[in-house]
Amino acid sequence: MGGGVEEWTQERTLEKPANQLDLSEEELNEEITRILTSNNPHAPQNIVRYTYKERTYKPMSTVDQLAVHCVLEGNLIHKDSDEARSQRAQQGLIKEKSVESLPSTEVGTDGEKIEFPDEDPGEEAVEMVEGEGGVNEEMGDEESNVRKERKLKNQFNFWDRGSQTLNNPLRQRGNQTELPPRVNFSDTANWCTMYDVYTEELQLQEKNKEKQRTQSSKEDKRETKLVPTETQSDDISKLARVSTNMERMVVQNIFDDIAQDFQYFEDSADEFSEGGTLLPLWKFHYSKAKRLSVTSLCWNQKYQDLFGVGLGSYDFTKQGSGMLLLYTVKNCTFPQYIFSTDSSVMCLDIHTKMSYLVAVGFYDGCVAVYNLKLKTMLPTHKSSVLSGKHTDPVWQVRWQKDDMDNHHNFFSVSSDGRVVSWTLIKNELMHMDIIRLSPEGAETVDSGRCIDFHKEFDNMFLLGTEEGKIHKSSKAYSNHLIQTYNAHNMAVEAVRWNHFHPRVFISCSYDWTVKIWDHTVPTPMFTFDLNAAVGDVSWAPYSSTVFAAVTSDGKVHVFDLNTNKYKALCQQLVVAKDTSQLTHIEFNPVHPIIIVGDDHGYINCFKLSPNLRKKPKEKKGQEPQKGPEAEATKMEKLLNFPHF
Amino acid sequence: MADTVESKKEEADYKKLFSFPLIRNTDMPEEMKVETMELCVTACEKFATNNERAAKMIKEYMDKKFGSSWHVVIGESFGFEVTHEVRNLLYMFYGGSLAVCVWKCS
Repeated sequence: MGGGVEEWTQERTLEKPANQLDLSEEELNEEITRILTSNNPHAPQNIVRYTYKERTYKPMSTVDQLAVHCVLEGNLIHKDSDEARSQRAQQGLIKEKSVESLPSTEVGTDGEKIEFPDEDPGEEAVEMVEGEGGVNEEMGDEESNVRKERKLKNQFNFWDRGSQTLNNPLRQRGNQTELPPRVNFSDTANWCTMYDVYTEELQLQEKNKEKQRTQSSKEDKRETKLVPTETQSDDISKLARVSTNMERMVVQNIFDDIAQDFQYFEDSADEFSEGGTLLPLWKFHYSKAKRLSVTSLCWNQKYQDLFGVGLGSYDFTKQGSGMLLLYTVKNCTFPQYIFSTDSSVMCLDIHTKMSYLVAVGFYDGCVAVYNLKLKTMLPTHKSSVLSGKHTDPVWQVRWQKDDMDNHHNFFSVSSDGRVVSWTLIKNELMHMDIIRLSPEGAETVDSGRCIDFHKEFDNMFLLGTEEGKIHKSSKAYSNHLIQTYNAHNMAVEAVRWNHFHPRVFISCSYDWTVKIWDHTVPTPMFTFDLNAAVGDVSWAPYSSTVFAAVTSDGKVHVFDLNTNKYKALCQQLVVAKDTSQLTHIEFNPVHPIIIVGDDHGYINCFKLSPNLRKKPKEKKGQEPQKGPEAEATKMEKLLNFPHF
Repeated sequence: MADTVESKKEEADYKKLFSFPLIRNTDMPEEMKVETMELCVTACEKFATNNERAAKMIKEYMDKKFGSSWHVVIGESFGFEVTHEVRNLLYMFYGGSLAVCVWKCS
């Protein structure tokens, strides 16, 4: 910062008073000599005084040249002066006293003190001896006085200050509390009274005991009576039953039109066209399951108005708690049963005969069995790490017929490539691996996605994998695949055997296709492209040729191959296309209704229009064909139809 | 002779039967009542032959626990009329022959 320094130096110009004379260089250099004299320039030189002697005025020859400019009165006094001495005498009273008592030493004190260093030590010693007692004391006194004086080093620079603060005014305060309330009590204690009191007390106690005995015996009786009708004593449970009935009645009144539609409405437009429509009926939703998507649906085979809904998340990053709900169409506002689970529910199956047993597969690889009869929220059986749980999400569970020991058992399939058979024995789940899809030594893990058992030969089952293959296998041979179909380019979302025809099954995938297969033929019999990822497909229970599929663009596709082999009879958008996608579909086993679940936890119920559940045309004179055989032949016909 | 034996037996029975503490009158809160009663029982058991020391023990404990100015009277036969602070009186019998009166008054 050189510039800064320059500026700083430049600023150092001489400052001059305003009234200073401006002198040139020469004038400044000019020497002016001044001589100091003792004459007072201000003194008057022509003072004239009158002399009475000569009676004339005469000028004064001598003029006072002294001028006083400043006078400072000092208060220093010379140490040896009289004044100083008297002052010292005043200050040192003790010294004065000693002076009075021994005036002879007065003069000597100071002198002696000063002279000490000059004198010989011998002389001093002599004097000390002379002065024994009294003199010695005096010496001590004198010395102490001298010391005192010397301590005040600056006698003239002495300050003393004092101040008085204001005293706080005093106050007095008094208070009188009320006395705690008192009561008088008087009694007389002696043996007589004590005895009386004790005997009375004993009698009372005995009476009480007797009472208790009788009461307890009564209670026992009551309890024995109550045991068979325990629920009656519980008012709330009584009320709960009544209130659920009331709720159902109210809901049925509110949704009376829907119930009427369900029973009687038939779309009259069907008479004039080949296509069909879906009539929306109830909409099921549970507020606590808002952010969960429907991962599985299953109708109860015994109570055909009841269906189970598995709720969870397919999103790997958003895994959280799941929920298992059971709804009845009689009450669409609130689920009949609610089970909340720690992990997402991925699949569920309701036992066909024991309709209160629900098998559930979770995202964390566990399988569990819930019993609807019990009031607990916890599963009666649950697999754990010890009892061979899956290491990946369980994608499908399927109940099996009871085994030879009459134990309930079910199968589960998971991404970890295992198909496991679970048997319910008392409180435990026994597991047995049926198939390991990834053979030992293979690098890639083949992971199962869906499973379905043949309706007639229940040993045979189909296993869809995430790699798009479908394996045909049998429970009879463990770990052996009979046949493998290269079905899809993406994971097989669902595979289902036809209800009537023993050789036909259907599969769907996110690769936009639905395929119908004859399990003896390695290539698909029919392929349908639905222009969107297919989430689920299901055969209709009433016809061998009708199936329905749901796609991620919110559409339900219903096909009847008997009517149209190439196009869906009905393509209906049932949810908002861009916000939610459909995940699952299921036909009611008896009624012509379907339930469709979406990824927001909503379940919609639709009624199929007459065209979608049409029986084959009756030919004149011929007996209308009915029954499963007719359905099977209908399918057989289709299969025999030449394919392209 | 038989009479005396019987009477002795009766007395023993009586002592046995009446060994429990019996609260005759109290206006203490429940917790305080129970504690005081137990204290009285332990004191009377500890100094079964010396009522004075039992009374002293009770008084000292009560002073410590519930504040000063407690008064205790223990005896087999006495009459009394006391002024006590409300909710601070316990009058009980113990062991069939002892009366204990505990009250607070400052």
